Amino acid sequence: MAEFQEKYTVLRQEQLADDIFRLSLDAPKIAAAAQPGQFVMVRTGESLDPLLRRPFSIHKVIGETVALLYKVVGKGTRVLTSLGPGDSVDVVGPLGRGFDLDGPGPRCLVGGGMGIAPLYFLARQILQQDTGPNPPILLGARTRAELQVLADEFTELGFVVLTATDDGSLGHHGLVTELLDDILHRVRLVQVCGPVPMMRTVARQCDRARVPCQVSLETHMACGLGACLGCTCPAREGGYKHVCKDGPVLSADEVAWI
Amino acid sequence: MDLSVNIGPLRLQNPVMTASGTFGYGREFAELTDLSRLGAIIVKGISLAPRPGNPPPRIIETACGMLNAIGLENVGVERFLTEKLPWLHQFATPVIVNILGDSVEEYAALAARLNDVEGIAALEVNISCPNVKRGGVAFGTVPETAAEVTRAVRAATSLPLIVKLSPNVTDITLMARAVEGAGADAISLINTLLGMAIDTRSRKPRLANVVGGLSGPAIKPVALRMVWQAAAAVSVPVIGIGGITTTEDALEFLMAGACAIQVGTANFFQPNATTTIVDGLAAYLEQQSLTSISQVVNSLRIDT
Ligand SMILES: Cc1cc2nc3c(=O)[nH]c(=O)nc-3n(C[C@H](O)[C@H](O)[C@H](O)COP(=O)(O)OP(=O)(O)OC[C@H]3O[C@@H](n4cnc5c(N)ncnc54)[C@H](O)[C@@H]3O)c2cc1C
Ligand SMILES: Cc1cc2nc3c(=O)[nH]c(=O)nc-3n(C[C@H](O)[C@H](O)[C@H](O)COP(=O)(O)O)c2cc1C
Ligand code: FES
Repeated sequence: MAEFQEKYTVLRQEQLADDIFRLSLDAPKIAAAAQPGQFVMVRTGESLDPLLRRPFSIHKVIGETVALLYKVVGKGTRVLTSLGPGDSVDVVGPLGRGFDLDGPGPRCLVGGGMGIAPLYFLARQILQQDTGPNPPILLGARTRAELQVLADEFTELGFVVLTATDDGSLGHHGLVTELLDDILHRVRLVQVCGPVPMMRTVARQCDRARVPCQVSLETHMACGLGACLGCTCPAREGGYKHVCKDGPVLSADEVAWI
Repeated sequence: MDLSVNIGPLRLQNPVMTASGTFGYGREFAELTDLSRLGAIIVKGISLAPRPGNPPPRIIETACGMLNAIGLENVGVERFLTEKLPWLHQFATPVIVNILGDSVEEYAALAARLNDVEGIAALEVNISCPNVKRGGVAFGTVPETAAEVTRAVRAATSLPLIVKLSPNVTDITLMARAVEGAGADAISLINTLLGMAIDTRSRKPRLANVVGGLSGPAIKPVALRMVWQAAAAVSVPVIGIGGITTTEDALEFLMAGACAIQVGTANFFQPNATTTIVDGLAAYLEQQSLTSISQVVNSLRIDT
């Protein structure tokens, strides 16, 4: 597995909503090596505060450009918003294990909030495999402002997108998981990334329908390299999984959902 | 230009090592750091039996530092010897094995198990662990038990023996002298400082274990002070640890009396911090027209 630490030039910083941004980097090595579902560790600046790198999913790989989609939630992500074209940013990656690409047939992607980020990269990869008509992609967020632009980009790829918002401002008024039951019987694999309660629900739905399910997990991470052992999630078989190495994408039945 | 140092019977090509628990078993960094250029690799702490570690969350960032409560998760000595150590044989870099235990007997049994194994240059004894038989008081916070562990390990191994001190004590020189007297070939310090953090919204501790060890640049001034005190108190070599991130940091510890240093938390956010410091030390010697790193060690000038 190839991993790199390099400084990459910022090509673009887009503001998609109040607190949602997209950072595009000229990162040829990562672009060449990355698999959908993998992540990078970003140093937000030279300063020792914030100290640790921040983990972000690889959102898009187009040519030699790698884009990250992020929401401002604290000091690290706030610092990132100050980057502009021509600035450089220190990135380690690509890291971790991504989504299975050659599954057994039609698959459904389910994304909630920033969990939508890795699904775009995955969706583009699925198109390249040309497996025939694809089931709808299910995307959820709090409100229309956080979802519209992203949902449109999946539509432009040629996917049918079903949306859900907490406030009903776009698509289904409610949880994105409520859209899944109607589709489950048509698919052979579900791949999901989003908040834990959402992934837990999807995992249960898939379990009941006996459809394999892959989840992409988030934990606090110090290294992203398998060295600090800080990124644990409880495993169903007992003990722990290390999200940065065993994941971030795991089979839903490997996880002890609590 | 000579960067080599001697730590008791152990000779290193340069004074820069990786701190236990921050560099995995070496392999985790192989793509990002040139392992052959390190003074030594100190691996994640090993116990006799595998340990699962603490529930999450295990790590939390704090101002210029981090708290960890990993709970000494490790694969256990047998899996370490069959799955982890052989891969490191390809490098000439000395491998130092960090050991931990619940009892004096466990430390001694580990030391005995590792004694005749090929490819181990030295042992580093982590005495910051709770002594299960004494109500969980850390071995390293009572001079007598610190000495007892050291003596037991000394008797069980002919490998060079480094004892790693806990900073969670009132007088570090008492601990340093106690383990020196019990047969340590060298002393390393500091391990993490006990700390905690609270989420004010939920009013819950941020770590599942409630308390954890503070590391990173935030602890450097405390570590430097303790290294300076310990180096003045003992005659065995002292290895400085605590927040070292840059060449400048490393130089401070060397000047305070450390003959070598370990880089810990910095590996996480700067995976090549170690080799950058090796280059930086060489550049410093050249700038200062010095020929050997030993000319820097203990070179602190205090006006009297
Ligand atoms: C594999 C992986 C992929 C991710 N992908 C994305 C993505 O594509 N887009 C996105 O917006 N976010 C993503 N996240 C979450 C993102 O890492 C956090 O939002 C970010 O680290 C917050 O940093 P901060 O300094 O702004 O927040 P602070 O709260 O100030 O951060 C303090 C510390 O907590 C950690 N932390 C806080 N929230 C999280 C979280 N949810 N997950 C992990 N660590 C956290 C930070 O890394 C930092 O160490 C991902 C997380 C993981 C583990
Ligand atoms: C995540 C983590 C795990 C650690 N594990 C061990 C360990 O297994 N054994 C040990 O002796 N010290 C361990 N330490 C302590 C470090 O080796 C070092 O003494 C301490 O972090 C201070 O140095 P630093 O500020 O450069 O990180 C660990 C530290 C961290 C941050
Ligand atoms: S983040 Fe350090 S081991 Fe996973």
